[in-house]
Amino acid sequence: MGTGRNRMIIAVASGKGGTGKTTVAANLARVRGDVTLLDCDVEEPNVHLFISGEPQGEPEVVSLLVPEVDESRCDGCAACSNFCAFKALAVLDKRVLVFAEMCHGCGGCARVCPQGAIREVPKRVGVVETMGAGGVTVVQGRLDVGVAMAPPLVRAVKAHIPKTGDAILDAPPGTSCPVVATLRETDFVVLVTEPTPFGLNDLKLAVEVVRELGLPFGVVVNRADSSDDRVTTYCREASIPILAEIPDDRRVAEAYSRGELMVDALPEYRPLFEQLYTDIVRLLQNPLIAGVARASCPCFMGGTPMPRGALQGPHC
Amino acid sequence: MSAAIQECVIISGKGGTGKTSVTASFAVLAAGRAVLADCDVDAADLHLVLTPKMITKADFKSGNEAVIRSEACTGCGTCVELCRFEAIRCVRRPDGKTRCEVDPIACEGCGVCVRFCPGKAVDFPERLCGEWMFSETRCGPMVHARLSTAAENSGKLVATVRQEARRVAEERGLPLIITDGPPGIGCPVIASVSGADRVLVVTEPTVSGEHDLERVLKLARHFVIPAFVCINKWDINPEMTERIEQTARKMGATVAGRIRYDRAVTSAQRAEQAVVEIDAPSAEDVRAVWRQMGFE
Ligand code: SF4
Ligand code: SF4
Repeated sequence: MGTGRNRMIIAVASGKGGTGKTTVAANLARVRGDVTLLDCDVEEPNVHLFISGEPQGEPEVVSLLVPEVDESRCDGCAACSNFCAFKALAVLDKRVLVFAEMCHGCGGCARVCPQGAIREVPKRVGVVETMGAGGVTVVQGRLDVGVAMAPPLVRAVKAHIPKTGDAILDAPPGTSCPVVATLRETDFVVLVTEPTPFGLNDLKLAVEVVRELGLPFGVVVNRADSSDDRVTTYCREASIPILAEIPDDRRVAEAYSRGELMVDALPEYRPLFEQLYTDIVRLLQNPLIAGVARASCPCFMGGTPMPRGALQGPHC
Repeated sequence: MSAAIQECVIISGKGGTGKTSVTASFAVLAAGRAVLADCDVDAADLHLVLTPKMITKADFKSGNEAVIRSEACTGCGTCVELCRFEAIRCVRRPDGKTRCEVDPIACEGCGVCVRFCPGKAVDFPERLCGEWMFSETRCGPMVHARLSTAAENSGKLVATVRQEARRVAEERGLPLIITDGPPGIGCPVIASVSGADRVLVVTEPTVSGEHDLERVLKLARHFVIPAFVCINKWDINPEMTERIEQTARKMGATVAGRIRYDRAVTSAQRAEQAVVEIDAPSAEDVRAVWRQMGFE
């Protein structure tokens, strides 16, 4: 990508929910104004509770291709169920049962069936909704209840990242597949944590993920107070930049509990988020960092990506 | 014997509501009577308070991953076309030959490339997805686990942890299992609550807490498990607390109590202690919840 970037994709993530990830993403979007805010926490999308807006168009239905068996052709050979790595197919009394909620949509069963009896049909997994809220466009994915297959929906949300203009992604909490699906191909990751032992433990897990993905990143400490410097010490020792510290302010918690954005309820916090945005841009313009994010990086092809953090130099 | 074992799972809807702190206090209150299970395998924290001494450790393997043997790969690109997860990339080497490689993070382990590679160049080894541990703590035996980064199938690891915890409870004749559940409402949560005797939902009086509570309670109802709700930091927003309690009752859950906003929760964490082990104002609230759930 280099320095001539005409858009920037920032993901906000954390090793665990409840650290203030959505708060950071939504407030950052609000101070930035002209930006697309994508809620990739498709299991429990929460962004709309803080920034609501007018729906733009009909929700887009997202589906996954799952097998459908033509019983007139199927002879019950079980080639499909033997193939399926996710136990989404079973053959009982020469009849194929499809457990669509287990299916990853790999298409393998249709390919291995010697009778050509399997056809792939779309199965709904959730919706993507778009809302306009002032200058901010909010895009959120919502997984249907009882559906476990988040990554396809995350990819559908990410398909709404604009070609030009900045995007902010609110990632799902944790370190599993949907998080990775969110973080891939972003330019910068903001990891939100708390200055507590739990917060530090969860931060370390999140750092492992972004390092494995080879993405530049920095940390925002939420509910910061002066009584515990373990997170700061860890960041310093691991050369991770601390981008901002949001003080432990009961008024912030109260505003949050009412679903109000911090920068709206407590305007004195606006400069903090404006500065955060500026700092991320500045970090990304640093040539040592700018080139790291992209898939063109040959290190990523070796099977075991090299660990590297935001402040490490050119590595390739 | 096993029918008599009672399993209580503490969950939260969204994370960060104080679920693990409450679990740790329960572990202390049940010391000597319970096996502890940490099913929050994605971001386990209970060990930070209970400081377990590990006795045994085992690999957790689940599924497979594709690995292309580069000497057998002809660079035909069939796998790249077939893989629906964009997990394979081909690169031209300096010697002019094209070779394909699998990105282990993106590979979902479906096996399509393995089956359809014309040169049979793709291996499909088992995937190491984490590990689980059996330990001793000051409150009793503990089973916990760690999922590898970006691994899938935490539901299966959760099931493994619960199964082991039950085995230990049977072996030692302990009547209780106290389980720290995963956040959310997805597959790992389902794996952690199905077949449990009681769930406690720890929530906060926030719009998102309210939003998530309904989904979690639906889940509990679906699995016909008696559900209890307690509101942590209730005094941050008393009206919202009222509202959440009403919703909880309407959905057939029992309100087990309110826990006040208390900075000592963090000091307890720093001291590797449960809230009920230090002189914290909210300790009394947590004890009341424990009593409400009928554990005394
Ligand atoms: S498409 Fe793949 S995952 Fe789905 S049933 Fe067929 S083989 Fe299994
Ligand atoms: S096993 Fe499936 S997901 Fe993995 S690389 Fe092969 S085709 Fe892609």
